[in-house]
Amino acid sequence: MRFLIQNNLLTPTTKTIEQTKKIADIQNPKPQPINPAFPYNKNLQSLLQGKYLLLDEIPFPTEDIQEHYIHGYCLYNKGVEKRQSAYLCNRCGNTNQQYFASFRCARCQEVCFYCRSCIMMGRISECTPLISWTGPNMEQNTNNIQLHWDGALSSGQQAASEKMEQIIDQQSELLVWAVCGAGKTEVLFKGIEKALKQNKRVCIATPRTDVVLELAPRLQSVFPEIQVLPVYGGSEDRHLYSPLIISTTHQLFRFKQTFDLIILDEMDAFPYSYDTSLQYAVQTARKPNSAMIYLTATPNRSWRKKCQQNQINYVTIPARYHKHPLPVPRFTWCGNWEKQLEKNKLPQAVVDWIKERLDSRKQVLLFIPKIAYMEKVASIFEQWTTHLETVHAEDPSRKEKVQKMRKNQLDLLITTTILERGVTFANIDVAVLGAENQIFTDSALIQIAGRAGRKKEHPAGEVAFFHYGKTTAMVSAKKQIENSNKEAKEKGMLI
Amino acid sequence: MMYCIICLSEVNPVFNWTYFLSKEPPFYLCDGCKEKLAPIIGECCTICSRPLADLEAVFIHDGVCFDCFRWEQDPKWKGVLKQNYSLFLYNDFLKEVIARFKYRGDYMVAGAFSLYIPKKLFQNKIVVPIPLSSIRLYERGFNQAEAILHCAGIPSIHCLTRVHSEKQSKKSRAARLETSSVFAVENNKQIISQDVVLFDDIYTTGATLRNAAMALKEAGAKSVSSFTIAR
Repeated sequence: MRFLIQNNLLTPTTKTIEQTKKIADIQNPKPQPINPAFPYNKNLQSLLQGKYLLLDEIPFPTEDIQEHYIHGYCLYNKGVEKRQSAYLCNRCGNTNQQYFASFRCARCQEVCFYCRSCIMMGRISECTPLISWTGPNMEQNTNNIQLHWDGALSSGQQAASEKMEQIIDQQSELLVWAVCGAGKTEVLFKGIEKALKQNKRVCIATPRTDVVLELAPRLQSVFPEIQVLPVYGGSEDRHLYSPLIISTTHQLFRFKQTFDLIILDEMDAFPYSYDTSLQYAVQTARKPNSAMIYLTATPNRSWRKKCQQNQINYVTIPARYHKHPLPVPRFTWCGNWEKQLEKNKLPQAVVDWIKERLDSRKQVLLFIPKIAYMEKVASIFEQWTTHLETVHAEDPSRKEKVQKMRKNQLDLLITTTILERGVTFANIDVAVLGAENQIFTDSALIQIAGRAGRKKEHPAGEVAFFHYGKTTAMVSAKKQIENSNKEAKEKGMLI
Repeated sequence: MMYCIICLSEVNPVFNWTYFLSKEPPFYLCDGCKEKLAPIIGECCTICSRPLADLEAVFIHDGVCFDCFRWEQDPKWKGVLKQNYSLFLYNDFLKEVIARFKYRGDYMVAGAFSLYIPKKLFQNKIVVPIPLSSIRLYERGFNQAEAILHCAGIPSIHCLTRVHSEKQSKKSRAARLETSSVFAVENNKQIISQDVVLFDDIYTTGATLRNAAMALKEAGAKSVSSFTIAR
């Protein structure tokens, strides 16, 4: 698309005329003075407020957008632009020049650079304007909202919840370091209520769609007066306005300076922890004055260091909600299990451990490092039980299999790290085969151990790491779990 | 640092003598992506290059698949498309890659396909990419067939035009067969008495290519064959 520029007013045109330009070549496009008498479109307002969208993502004709622009309610922003001979994507923040490519563009009829980093959200190039809302904001009117929840918080949860309320007032940042099964979601309730009562916009962001789908109904049930909006790739109603959004971190690319409070759940989970563009997305979705809460059971080393050196506000919840200590993993050396597996055998120690549980009808969740080994491991155990399944990330019936495990229809579920977090089974023991594999980082191992003993009725699950050589990750994981238990005991948080 | 042109992961090219002595290829693919592309191999339909291995015997007539057999039965379409060559099976991976290329608009994917184009096939032939209507072209920003040819460095001529119609992928086979004269030849001088190769991204029912072939033949082409990335 090209723009005709007359008296600082941009008009979209598809024709190539001498006086037209790509949005990237227009110096500092500014909003027009606002015309208070203009009858603006409320649906457009609710769709666009706080976002940067492509014209293709807005279900209104370009002429409507132009009208709103003329009267000062919308703005055309640069999508991809060149700053000091380097390209920059204003949607995903990408500046890696290898992720920019150019082509002869039929829209602007010139060579046009585009960003490959966020291509899955639709191409954004030098001639692609990002549309934003510059009119008045919607009135949110959530100041009379009530939290509908009468559960009780544990002492650890209570402390974290109070700290979170303070942070919202101070508009600063807080790390909530809560062990697996501490009940992180309940910690958030009071803080969210407080923010909503101040008519603030709140977002809970997480790297995983599974978590969005699990959290949304829980929050909807405690805030029945508002519509809690789940946002993920392909979700419906994405265009609606909501005071409380549960979103994947990917979807935050579309939001700019939108939220007064962002709660980032599972900050250490893939892909957020590796993908700097997602971290950019979260930061740019915040208003300049806003509060940020980071939630994790397994902060990485640099965050742990920040805590130790008091560079960041943080609060720990070292005990589980049910006040029993975390199961501590036991290490068992099992030799070169991969070599044995080639001969369709498993180490005796592993076989004995699992058979013992099959005999006493205790469910087992077995983690293995490679998908390729799954079928072989499963076929070995098939001689002792028919109630077993395997599951991995691209398994189309993943949900059904997890459901079968929950309903106690399986004795053994063999999985990759895909089930390391976010799932709760009532009464299981957990084993890792090949815990020395580098895929099992210390945080992965802590999360895996955290699958055991989650319910009050069965707080003592067992965790076994079968390995061919102890790794620092294994040692670190065990140490961190023991430290949490120690801290919980000292603070009198255990029964 | 080199990046895989499809998945953007880092690639370490092998630095051997071939690498130093040959002209450096401008595009790289990682081993993972290479493996997921499934080249069409084994016995194929002699007209459309569909692999015959997965077809039941009743759907094969003298080395020709049932679809092509039906086309050739019809006097109107008999011999219009001499032969089609395709590179890869249209598997889930390729579907994803082509969707990113065409619908998300990732032009660079053309570079990945260009690595596999057998250039000899196009020697002494007139190459004509299947055009898009002007509305569709604006929507996508580029023509996917032209993009691949451009990356492969194969010269082509743009003598076909297309009237805007509903997307092929939203039509049934019967509806696709009915659509006639979606293509027009603008300047026939370059194709008269020439062997023409049509170029497109996907061969699905063959209706698009046959319609274009018909238009070219009527405008004086000696023979028309076709080349697609996916089948």
